[in-house]
Amino acid sequence: MKVLTGMLTRLGRASLFLGKVMAGIPQLFLRFGLVVKQVYSVGVQTLFITLVAGLFVGMVLALQLYYTLSTFGATDTLGMLVDLSLVRELGPVVAALLFAGRAGSALTAEIGLMKATEQLSGLEMMAVDPVERIIAPRFLAGVISMPLLAAMFSAIGILGAYSVGVDLLGVDAGAFWSQIQAKVDFYEDVLNGVIKSFVFGCIVSWIAVFEGYDCIPTSEGVARATTRTVVYSSLAVLAMDFVLTAIMYN
Amino acid sequence: MLRSIELSVGIFVGIGLAALFMLAMQASNLSSFTSDGAYQVSARFDNIGGLKVKSAVKVSGVKVGQVAEIDYDNETFEAVVVMNIDEKFDKFPRDTIASIFTSGLLGEQYIGLEPGGDDKLLANQSEIRHTQSAMVLEQLIGQFLFSKSKENK
Repeated sequence: MKVLTGMLTRLGRASLFLGKVMAGIPQLFLRFGLVVKQVYSVGVQTLFITLVAGLFVGMVLALQLYYTLSTFGATDTLGMLVDLSLVRELGPVVAALLFAGRAGSALTAEIGLMKATEQLSGLEMMAVDPVERIIAPRFLAGVISMPLLAAMFSAIGILGAYSVGVDLLGVDAGAFWSQIQAKVDFYEDVLNGVIKSFVFGCIVSWIAVFEGYDCIPTSEGVARATTRTVVYSSLAVLAMDFVLTAIMYN
Repeated sequence: MLRSIELSVGIFVGIGLAALFMLAMQASNLSSFTSDGAYQVSARFDNIGGLKVKSAVKVSGVKVGQVAEIDYDNETFEAVVVMNIDEKFDKFPRDTIASIFTSGLLGEQYIGLEPGGDDKLLANQSEIRHTQSAMVLEQLIGQFLFSKSKENK
């Protein structure tokens, strides 16, 4: 019972916190430099891991599907299958998991350490709202970066599948692209994937900044908060993915 | 320092948008067929089988358009199929035949047009009068078994 009320209290606090962060976002358009700086540390620095992971996921998908499809003589549909699985599911989800591990944990640790070294209360002493100045730019940067990263993940995954499927395994290049262009719908598949990654971006950034802001201001507390960010946001992304898929493709 | 950060963020956003653009243009159907620059032709079928909106319309195996709308006429008890045909292909005679075919044994269904010999051409909003319904596999098997059992008597 005590655990349950504790969890519900935390959830309520997180929701109120999200409201405060949202309220701080409009002022950011006057000082967009703050956001740009955060897009650098949240988005640009996650770029490398996302691109490499996307390339290999695409290549592995092409290999695996090729061997299954060749037993049915349907290897021409390889491109379409890889594209659909990347754009609909793997792109947004895996990019969000990587984002939680690379950027979410860094956000929590940074904010948590600011709290532990009393920089946040220092800002408050100077009548600067830390939520507006520190938290909101990081949250917005995460929301902006996530869809872009997921799109890059899918795009480079398709190129990886192309290099394995067409150059290595000998699928016809024309069939590869024509199957994709015939069967993959822009609104149904690509745009829904973008919506998914946007939602994941909101969730991961929310959890990351809240865990950092709410952590116990000791070195152990920061460590725990960082772990919680990765665990909670990974679970939330996977659970939310199920809900979104059920809504979008029923 | 700040300038290089701005530059790399710019590159990041640029690559992201380029990836989205590639997904839209190269890896989906957005570029392949648009309904503007197309004219509409309707046809009535007794049975359309598994035809769906966005199914292909082909002539000699070449895609010239897609199915825009499928409806059912309560008065004549027929299916009404409206198709968008690319205006590049605007020289179909009035007596063109529209049939519903299946690509491969288990593939999806599409409308195949066979041009006739009339001098007058199909215009926008006109109707194709000669149609042939989809083959329903169960019916074919049923007819085959029926004729087989007749032979044996």
